Amino acid sequence: MAMEVTQILLNAQSVDSSVRNHAEESLRQFQEQNLPSFLLSLSGELSNDEKPVESRKLAGLILKNALDAKEQHRKIELVQRWLSLDASTKSHIKSSLLKTLNSVAQEARSTASQVVAKVAAIELPHKQWPELIVTLLSNIHQQPAHSKQATLETLGYLCEEVSPEVIDQEQVNKILTAVVQGMNSAETNNEVRLAATRALYNALGFAQANFSNDMERDYIMRVVCESTLSPEVKIRQAAFECLVAIASSYYDKLSPYISDIFNITAKAVKEDDEPVALQAIEFWSSICDEEIDILEEYGSEFTGDSEIPCFYFAKKALPVLVPMLLETLLKQEEDQDQDEGAWNISMAGGTCLGLVARTVRDDIVPLVVPFVEENISKPEWRQREAATYAFGSILEGPSPDKLIRLVDSALSFMLNALITDPNNHVKDTTAWTLGRVFEFLHGSTVETPIINQANIPQIINVLLQSMKDVPNVAEKACGALYFLAQGYEDIDSPSSPLTQYFQEIVQSLLAVTRREDAGESRLRTAAYEALNEVVRSSTDETGPMVLQLVPLIMMELHNTLEGGLKLSSDEREKQNELQGLLCGCLQVMIQKLGSSDVTKYVFLQFADQMMGLFLKVFGSRSATAHEEAMLVIGALAYAMSSDFAKYMPEFHKYLEIGLQNFEDYQVCAITVGVVGDVCRAIEDKILPYCDGIMTQLLKDLSSNQLHRSVKPPIFSCFGDIALAIGENFEKYLMYAMPMLQGAAELSVHTSAVDDDMIEYTNLLRNGILEAYSGIFQGFKGSPKTQLLLSYVPHVLQFLDNLYMEKDMDEVVSKTAIGVLGDLADTLGPNAGPLIQQSVSCKEFLNECLSSDDHLVKESAEWAKLAIGKAISF
Amino acid sequence: MAPHELRRPFKRPAISDQQKRRDLSLIRQEKNRLDAQRHARFLASTVLSLQPPADSEIITDSNPSPEQEFELVEEGIEALELDVRQAAKLKGTEARRWFAKQLMLPEWMIDIPDRLCHDWYVLARPAGKRCFVVSSNGTTVSRLRNGTLLHRFPSSLPSGARNKGNSSSQSYCILDCIFHELDQTYYVTDMVCWAGFSLYECTAEFRFFWLNSKLVETGACDPPSVYHKHRFSLPTVYNCDQAGLHASYTQPTSYVKDGLLFYNKHAHYQTGNTPLALVWKDANCSQYVIDTDSKGQILDQQQVVLALQENGKLTTSDEPPVEFGCLDMEFIQKSGLQTGDLLKFSVSDRGLCFTDGKLEKADIQFISKSNRARAFADSFSKIMFQHMVRHSPLQIEDLFASITSSAVKDKEVTDEEMAD
Repeated sequence: MAMEVTQILLNAQSVDSSVRNHAEESLRQFQEQNLPSFLLSLSGELSNDEKPVESRKLAGLILKNALDAKEQHRKIELVQRWLSLDASTKSHIKSSLLKTLNSVAQEARSTASQVVAKVAAIELPHKQWPELIVTLLSNIHQQPAHSKQATLETLGYLCEEVSPEVIDQEQVNKILTAVVQGMNSAETNNEVRLAATRALYNALGFAQANFSNDMERDYIMRVVCESTLSPEVKIRQAAFECLVAIASSYYDKLSPYISDIFNITAKAVKEDDEPVALQAIEFWSSICDEEIDILEEYGSEFTGDSEIPCFYFAKKALPVLVPMLLETLLKQEEDQDQDEGAWNISMAGGTCLGLVARTVRDDIVPLVVPFVEENISKPEWRQREAATYAFGSILEGPSPDKLIRLVDSALSFMLNALITDPNNHVKDTTAWTLGRVFEFLHGSTVETPIINQANIPQIINVLLQSMKDVPNVAEKACGALYFLAQGYEDIDSPSSPLTQYFQEIVQSLLAVTRREDAGESRLRTAAYEALNEVVRSSTDETGPMVLQLVPLIMMELHNTLEGGLKLSSDEREKQNELQGLLCGCLQVMIQKLGSSDVTKYVFLQFADQMMGLFLKVFGSRSATAHEEAMLVIGALAYAMSSDFAKYMPEFHKYLEIGLQNFEDYQVCAITVGVVGDVCRAIEDKILPYCDGIMTQLLKDLSSNQLHRSVKPPIFSCFGDIALAIGENFEKYLMYAMPMLQGAAELSVHTSAVDDDMIEYTNLLRNGILEAYSGIFQGFKGSPKTQLLLSYVPHVLQFLDNLYMEKDMDEVVSKTAIGVLGDLADTLGPNAGPLIQQSVSCKEFLNECLSSDDHLVKESAEWAKLAIGKAISF
Repeated sequence: MAPHELRRPFKRPAISDQQKRRDLSLIRQEKNRLDAQRHARFLASTVLSLQPPADSEIITDSNPSPEQEFELVEEGIEALELDVRQAAKLKGTEARRWFAKQLMLPEWMIDIPDRLCHDWYVLARPAGKRCFVVSSNGTTVSRLRNGTLLHRFPSSLPSGARNKGNSSSQSYCILDCIFHELDQTYYVTDMVCWAGFSLYECTAEFRFFWLNSKLVETGACDPPSVYHKHRFSLPTVYNCDQAGLHASYTQPTSYVKDGLLFYNKHAHYQTGNTPLALVWKDANCSQYVIDTDSKGQILDQQQVVLALQENGKLTTSDEPPVEFGCLDMEFIQKSGLQTGDLLKFSVSDRGLCFTDGKLEKADIQFISKSNRARAFADSFSKIMFQHMVRHSPLQIEDLFASITSSAVKDKEVTDEEMAD
């Protein structure tokens, strides 16, 4: 076989598809028949310097794919499969891999280094292959350059794959020493230096202790800064990437180096190649990200201050940083607005300027205004555009007081420019800037309104006219209209300033959606989004007009459902996108019209037809369209309440299909939410469909393919169903309760180290508790409550454990103490003695009673009342 | 290792409208779930409802057991099918009749309930106009007992004014209030619906608990402002023990008192006359103990308003009605009276005779048809209370005595248990 393998691997890359297919089939059979021997021959192929590089590369790639996969469940399978191979096979493969790192063929080395990292990612957490790092580093100084490069690259991949707690500090020190030495100017080989610099980027996550040590940190920083001056552009770029990563991971350690870094970045922004300059700007954007977060925490009332102090780097650098960024704004590329993937120095600079404004707030205004004034009327479009962009960038951050007068005087200039400026780029940025003005300086929270009776006619007129401009400009005009409408969302009066323009705005937006070029620059999406916001912010006055819009949008949706067979896959994709937008639009209208009795009863006349259309949307294959159709049906169910029951004979199967959509888990998640909507809408009329729904929900919970974020809502959904069908939930108890108990036990102890895991654990707990709450309340007053008694000790134990863990958030506390009340309320004196034995009914209850959070307090007061009743007999 | 992607969003809003729709749906679902949960908790359960009295010997015929009364309460709930928001569209007599039926009407206290100190609350009743306050669709309306409109105004109650976050038509409130002219304040004496949830089926204990925790939260008790024209206030509700009764009777209040109100803690909100809420007054805590005429003069003789039935019988507004006498058909025809008319009579001194707590004989004289604004005849307890006030009033000392004796009885029970 060994001889054959080379040929098969080469054939698998043949241009002749029949040869290729045959080869792939042989590989598959080989793998299925004898996995160890298959893996062994691949690693043999990879390590054999006499083989062609093409077959060696593919051998490495197949090996890599045999160790890891994107999908979580597949990944777990592969890990288990590797771990269960016999030791001698594994050790043979591993030594072949390590041997390949010394190969003269660069591509073989590079492939091998990735496979080594994958094996390490599996084995190191299981305390296997402990000698790996020592072996890699054992004689690195004696190695020829190409081996040294491969070793450093391997360390880089390894740090990327393995989590920091798996490697002990002693080994981390060794890795960092080797990497930093590889970056040092004493190293003459550029390939080695590049590999070392890139490896450092990944190793930074392991360097917590080293960054706390002044000497070690000084040394690392010096080497990184020196590397930014390397004559080799790739090394400079990689070094700046390290600086960017350091800015976010070690912000609090940067003080001693920041002025040097400023000089380095300023020089790079001014004169270096674009890839390097972009990273240099990104450094300051990252600094701003950090400071915005810290200052936000300073500002919030609960924590008082942040763990990390703010060093105000952006503020201190301001007088030099801002001019540097303003300069970049003048380096626009032609037509960058039409190119979705564009990213250049002026875009990066402008984005950074916006972040600086959010960081330093008022202080930026006097530094930017002169630039705006000087350039806004220049004959060169680059200057006008840069001035407008600069102005738009500083609208978020500074206090409205600082901006209102400026904006007031600039508003009519911009409105004029949007129509008359000869340059599309300038118009695009002007419309965007107007949108920012409306987003940040218009609305109920702004004291001095910049939009008034005198200027609103012109504003509307200009925006509607601009919506007929080229797609990228029209799209920004739609965006501006979106924020204009949003500013009236919280309006306190029954009449909105937009009322008299409502008809005209809606017609213009509909006209945009029908433009032939509406597919460009996401113009159609922007128009429907603006329409949604205009409807959302409308008042009862325009209810009748929104009503008229319903059949129109229904007709559009109907049209998308015709002739689906003739479409190309590209056209079908667009069609599905449109269906999603139209469902979204109807969702907004249903919510609007459903909130007022007057319009609700009229629009519900359309309900049957609407539902018919939504069900047809499920015929498409697009996840987005399914999701939107589900969402709008949820809104309809809420608006119709018990009348919605008539659609269930047809609709329930789509619920079940949605619940089986593991792949597009968003669809599954939304469907779970809609099951809740339907439960509340039709209550016990959902009973005939519960078997199907519960079956799917239980399957979802036991699946390891489904994204974990869907599981907490499924538990909550159990509660919704139980509350709707009351004691009829009896037959699901024997399935649901063990699942709840199992999940409860797992969720008590947060082995969680990171914030994401803590947040997820709390979501899970909340879902479980909501399920218990719904089940207890559902059985209230039923003669079958005694069925619940056997579960009480576990529920109380869960509550006690949660209390003792001391890491619940407010939401969980509220739900948990509520469950205690529900249990007492439904079971009464039967559960009295058990409740009295629990810690929860004393300490936990008292803590909640004195909580500052009024929802927690409310639940606790209620629980106290119910418990008082249950134990007073 | 390729260079890392560093493109940031450019000239795009941070949140897409699709995400906004998704988020708004999630918020709606979360809120609805919370509402459904609350609603379930509101519904009185077996635990929170009436408990049978501990000692069955105290039940006598004239004193129906709380259990039996509870049954009556249950029957009353069905009558409430018509939604209050639809009722707001009713006009004239229809509106009056409908609204008049929605209030719980306390009976007058003519004897002292057992377990007064265990099962009852007491509060000093504010003097003023008894009314319903309904907030919905951005406005608040108050209606008098006979259904006529008192005020239409913006308030901080849920859905009570057209401002932020109050747009949902599902969310409406009904409060049972007394409007106190002097400080233009609505004193809330009961909560019937809150933010769309019915509290009819909840015990008084629960209603007061919720009233206390919810009303202040909304800002309805704040001083008047643009979107909140009238202040709402809560009279202090006491447990009807020695201290509570004493406090409600003697403590000064921000309002003029008009008697004391007693609520049975376990009773649901029952529309119409109910013996599970009682009113009592004497000259110390009310200016209006004995009925007066329109000029405020105490009448020489007690007057009663009775309803004329088809067969000429004169009855009270109770369910079932109590008969006070009979008019002969000739008189009815001559005076142009019709079935259902409310008629005013005077009662001669000592004109009501009782045997075993039942009316034996009533000596009454026809005066005239009653004022058209009246919706109902007098209740039996009202007539009895007025009669007693003139002859042998139930005094505050009697109330205190009942509480003390009950406390002594309790103590004896405990002592016996200890002796066992």
